[in-house]
Amino acid sequence: MSLAAPKHLALIVAGSALLLGGCDLGKKVTYQNGYRGTGIQQVIQPSLIPVAAAIPPEPYPAGPDEGDRAGKTYQNVQVLKYASTDDFNRIMLSMNAWIGTGEQGCNYCHNPNNMASDEKYTKVVARRMLQMTANINNNWTQHVHQTGVTCWTCHRGNAVPVYNWNLGPKPGDPLKLAGNKHGKDTPLAVVAYSDLPNQPFANYLNTEPRMIRVAANSPYPGHGDTMAINSARGTYGLMMHMSSALGVNCTYCHNTQSFRQWSLSRPQRANAWYGIRMVRDINVNYIGGLASVFPAYRKGPQGDPNKANCGTCHQGQAKPMGGYPMLSQYPVLKGPRSLANTAAPATNATLAAPNGEDVNGPTAAAPRSTPVAAATMPMPRGGSAVAASIGG
Amino acid sequence: MAAYQNIFTQVQLRAAPEMGPPLPHADSARDGMPWYSNLMGTLGNAQIGPIYLGTLGIISLFCGFIAFEIIGLNMLASVNWSWIEFVRQLPWLALEPPAPQYGLRIIPPLAQGGWWLMAGFFLTTSIILWWVRSYNRARSLGIGTHTTWAFASAIWLYLVLGFIRPVMMGSWSEAVPFGIFPHLDWTAAFSIRYGNLFYNPFHCLSIVFLYGSTLLFAMHGATIMAVGRYGGERELEHITDRGTAAERAGLFWRWTMGFNATYESVHRWAWWFAVLTTLTGGIGILLTGTVVDNWYLWAVDHHYATLYPDTGVVDPALLPGAPK
Repeated sequence: MSLAAPKHLALIVAGSALLLGGCDLGKKVTYQNGYRGTGIQQVIQPSLIPVAAAIPPEPYPAGPDEGDRAGKTYQNVQVLKYASTDDFNRIMLSMNAWIGTGEQGCNYCHNPNNMASDEKYTKVVARRMLQMTANINNNWTQHVHQTGVTCWTCHRGNAVPVYNWNLGPKPGDPLKLAGNKHGKDTPLAVVAYSDLPNQPFANYLNTEPRMIRVAANSPYPGHGDTMAINSARGTYGLMMHMSSALGVNCTYCHNTQSFRQWSLSRPQRANAWYGIRMVRDINVNYIGGLASVFPAYRKGPQGDPNKANCGTCHQGQAKPMGGYPMLSQYPVLKGPRSLANTAAPATNATLAAPNGEDVNGPTAAAPRSTPVAAATMPMPRGGSAVAASIGG
Repeated sequence: MAAYQNIFTQVQLRAAPEMGPPLPHADSARDGMPWYSNLMGTLGNAQIGPIYLGTLGIISLFCGFIAFEIIGLNMLASVNWSWIEFVRQLPWLALEPPAPQYGLRIIPPLAQGGWWLMAGFFLTTSIILWWVRSYNRARSLGIGTHTTWAFASAIWLYLVLGFIRPVMMGSWSEAVPFGIFPHLDWTAAFSIRYGNLFYNPFHCLSIVFLYGSTLLFAMHGATIMAVGRYGGERELEHITDRGTAAERAGLFWRWTMGFNATYESVHRWAWWFAVLTTLTGGIGILLTGTVVDNWYLWAVDHHYATLYPDTGVVDPALLPGAPK
């Protein structure tokens, strides 16, 4: 017995170490974001927060909104024609860094001998994307608020945003057994390696989206929609994507007492509700419409272009780029500067560094009557902007 | 009696195997040449076999094997018959019930739930035959049928989940998939779909009995081991002829918490707690979707859910001009 005891102990220690192998051992920061006892909290390990790529500096400070409009100066300007020539050039120059055109520079989209020509598909796409950006900044303020978006928000220096999706290979014969997973039961990153249905984007963020609300709206059967349990698994899969795309857990938006009940939810849930519809708008009306413009190598095996999901902008952060209001430096991406009610556009100098500890992006979403913890929440020392946006 | 004071039994008997009393004429013979296992002897009785299989046992094992094969081969097919992927993805793989559009069709396409129905049929047959067998074995040995009825309670929950409730809901798609993670996520999805199962009173009862069972098991197991040095493991003798172990075991609890079960009644407690876990659980599942569609709203309706302060968030879909 005296010999056996250390052996047992060693076994137990080794076994526990093996079981704990998947745990993160780093220091955690906890935020209480809701009423006490509801478990509405975020547990963040600051060292695991993704660090966003440094935002490219402005090519030069924006001048006054004067002089000839770009639409007059240049030929075939269809979207930014309201911008001053100077502002227009500033955007064009910035796009090199935003889209990562590399050595090709302007020639990535333009024919150097005829800048007005639409012969390159990339220019046609870029024009549509500028319209999309303006649409997001004007019509989806319930989601992007005054922070807005620029090309950089998604592209981050890549011709195609890193986080994208397409329909993937054509599904096989549903009546065949071999290789038929019925779109689930596979460890895939899209659904956070769960077995849940793994086509959340095609099913919920594209044309003819399925119902996301699955919980009954009445205590008793026979009222309203009757959803099968399978639908709940589908919604669950979509939520797993949202959770990993934003680096938050379920209670960032929901009170788990009732996932459905809006009066128990945090304002962030309403924000996300608009976000889902915004992504559908992007995928159906903007990217989807470019299917005939993109060459085959820019499309999925079923011929659909690479589209957006929550991760395209968020990239692991509750607020993309920690809530850094980059649009304020490029206000023509929203519309004519004369219409903007903001003062002079901000510059890099007047804004704190995107990953510094002072940035606390604009507060999320509409009605805020849950100041319970938010107001008194201590900021993590040395925490990043993401932690700030998660806590706030 | 040092043998009973350790984690493992350290004294094992070795003698001519005990073959059991002769069986009635109608019964088939017990199968297998008995042997001794030192490893099993540390956990229980070292003698392995003989086993009584009989007709029911053989049919039951056969049906169980068929169900096991249907499930396993379907999983293997789903990864294109790759053994490596089968091992790698096993926890994720599943044999899913038919999709909602097939309702209660008896024979949907095989790849669309047909195999699930067949696996369910054979598994259910196997379980029910094993249940009948456990009744016959108990009767044949002249003991009570307590095990059989406890088993029936577990079968009740199994049948509610996979057969009775789906039939009442009119769709096989309401049933549970076969698979390690899939059946667990099904449970979570079930709770989300039906508005949080924690507000289902029968779910509450089931948890009370489940946790109560573990508590009783720990209390009883600890008590018997604690009085093992006085021969306390000979519980049944102590029921009729109370020795010092039984006296001390009872006094321990009386003096600790004012009340003590007896050597007999503690087993009644344990039996009922275990049986009621699946009995109440099955009732709770059966009521879900058939009588109650959203347990949280039901609990609000019955002034039973905790009411938290309104966060002031409204459903954006209800606002004028909201996007679809």
